[in-house]
Amino acid sequence: MSGNSTYQPKTGLTRWLDSRLPILRLAHDTMTTFPTPRNLNVWYTFGAILTFFLAVQIVTGIVLAMHFLPSAVLTNGGTSSVAFDSVESIMRDVNYGWLLRYMHANGASMFFLAVYIHMFRGLYYGSSKAPREILWILGVLIYVVMVATAFFGYVLPWGQMSFWAATVITNLFSALDQVVPHMGGAHAPGIGTMIAQWLWGGFAVGDATLNRFFSLHYLLPFVIAGLVGLHIWALHVPGNNNPLGIDVQGPQDTVPFHPYYTVKDGFYLCLFVIIYAFLVFFHPDFVGNPDNYTPANPLVTPPHIVPEWYLLPFYAMLRSIPQKLFGVLVLFGALATLLFVPWLDTSRVRSMRFRPMMKQFFWVFVADCILLGYLGSQEPQAVWHLGGIDVPLLWPARIGTLYYFVFFFVVMPFLPLIETPLERPKSIAEAVLGTAQPQAAE
Amino acid sequence: MRIVLPLALAAALLAPTLAAAQTADSEPLPPRSLDLSFQEPYFGLYDRAALQRGYQVYKEVCSACHSLNRIAFHDLGAPGGPGFSEAQVKALAAAAKVPAEPNDKGETYNSSGERITRPGIPADAMPAPFANVEAARAANNGAAPPDLSVIVKAREGGANYVYSILTGFGQKPPPGFKVLAGKYYNPYFAGRNISMPPPLTDGAVTYSDGTKAAIDQEAKDVVTFLSWAAEPKMEERKQLGFEVVAFLVLLSALLYLSYRRVWRDKH
Repeated sequence: MSGNSTYQPKTGLTRWLDSRLPILRLAHDTMTTFPTPRNLNVWYTFGAILTFFLAVQIVTGIVLAMHFLPSAVLTNGGTSSVAFDSVESIMRDVNYGWLLRYMHANGASMFFLAVYIHMFRGLYYGSSKAPREILWILGVLIYVVMVATAFFGYVLPWGQMSFWAATVITNLFSALDQVVPHMGGAHAPGIGTMIAQWLWGGFAVGDATLNRFFSLHYLLPFVIAGLVGLHIWALHVPGNNNPLGIDVQGPQDTVPFHPYYTVKDGFYLCLFVIIYAFLVFFHPDFVGNPDNYTPANPLVTPPHIVPEWYLLPFYAMLRSIPQKLFGVLVLFGALATLLFVPWLDTSRVRSMRFRPMMKQFFWVFVADCILLGYLGSQEPQAVWHLGGIDVPLLWPARIGTLYYFVFFFVVMPFLPLIETPLERPKSIAEAVLGTAQPQAAE
Repeated sequence: MRIVLPLALAAALLAPTLAAAQTADSEPLPPRSLDLSFQEPYFGLYDRAALQRGYQVYKEVCSACHSLNRIAFHDLGAPGGPGFSEAQVKALAAAAKVPAEPNDKGETYNSSGERITRPGIPADAMPAPFANVEAARAANNGAAPPDLSVIVKAREGGANYVYSILTGFGQKPPPGFKVLAGKYYNPYFAGRNISMPPPLTDGAVTYSDGTKAAIDQEAKDVVTFLSWAAEPKMEERKQLGFEVVAFLVLLSALLYLSYRRVWRDKH
């Protein structure tokens, strides 16, 4: 998409096409000859893996939508709903419907697993830094739209967890009532309640909510696909970062994308898909919540409402704050913070391979995210018994939330003031061909 | 600095073991573990005979109160299920009374106000014991018996949990534990006060294959049947999964060899 094109149309037809719509040139330049650093490791294969999972989700989703009915109208004497029944009908009556649904539900989990690895990789190797700030921001936007899409999708089967997750999340907006308690007149609802009612299409989560969430769940994946197009475009202008975090200096530092990275991405994609297949075929409900096999019932609140695993760290942050509006701000602030990473990290060294102190803060950050995920999965009143002392889980959640923000707003900008980076190799080729290994080689 | 990472990792790893559940008398016991054939996640299939016996237990005991809305009679003869013959499925369906469609006068109730029924056909779903959830609640002391179609997937612990509930009656509550009026003590149920009376008894059914109908046997059979009802495509899933994983492993091996060959002069 940038740089010099080496495409040579060989037939009359391709010459004709090239002077009208150079789409083959685009494909050639971006997927075949694109110069790619020769030292990309396994963690750089997740871009291809994510593209694959976006395609899987869209294809399985389109077929599922042919059979799914987004209606909360009650069936079976008031014990079930049209939507819940249609999902069970997909599982039982549609040819390979069980396969489509399990691929779609577990595909979402694999998608998030891959995106988290992709994001941690970007942080570790400093991939957000100049000249890749827009590439990073587009990635954050993709992630945020993924979260919204996954949330809408989780509501669709209209089980107990679907209904109550929709209720909890849409009610977050009612925290804004603290800002404007009455919108026009002393008896009018607050602005947050008005937003929530606007989202619901009524006075509670119901049939209208389910219908619009289905519409949005169908729309957003195509928004993601568009953002992915921009993300790849923004990647192809500066080119890939790499584990050394140093710039490509010439052809000796790169290899053509094809066949070198098509085969490498293909191999690691295949390994990742094996894990996916184990979930789909042998543990299809491993990441699911049993409560979602009970049809939605607005009169019965489940004892323990939890989101899907990939949103648990944010749920832990939300619950760790006693004041509702502040909790909601922390939740959305945790996401918004990611947008500013290119400027928060002030070190001139990209790769943490050469940042001995930052590397440790990074791994604590990874452990912190996992810890917050675990805390988010526990009952709100849960307690750790540490040698006779009872520690409410609220406290590790608060410390974990604090560290999340300290990492971005204190460590990232200020650590470079006291950190001495290790010496970096002079070029990628030199490092790869073994004349000078970096001191902190992993 | 060097100490931070190991400490953080140790904390992350230890956290789950430190989070011991609080135990109180009303906390449910963890379900008892079964070792039924289908519970093996990779190759385990349903025991055909247990599925047929389990259907008998459902029909003669559970179906008095619990619906099984998502199972039609022809499912009983479908591949991967109980394996009844076509003739058996027809006979089982014909023996059931299902709500009839409107007759030629448009009536669905007879002159004495009773629902008009007809003999079932294989395409009919299992008839429900109650017309609606309100009727089910009214007839059962305020607690509507849940539909059993996906009950095994809808409970933490799955088949083990349902089995534990079915066999968990008749135990002495701990001193001081209050069994509420109209409830029964069952230590595997949340709160331990369950509305369902003990459903199974020794000899509650008479198995035609000569299996002795003890409570434990009946529970295992009906849990097998309900596991199939919740996941009727399990056998197809595991068999296809074996083929898919075998293919992917082979493909990975070929891709690995290609990868090594393409990259051999670049490292």
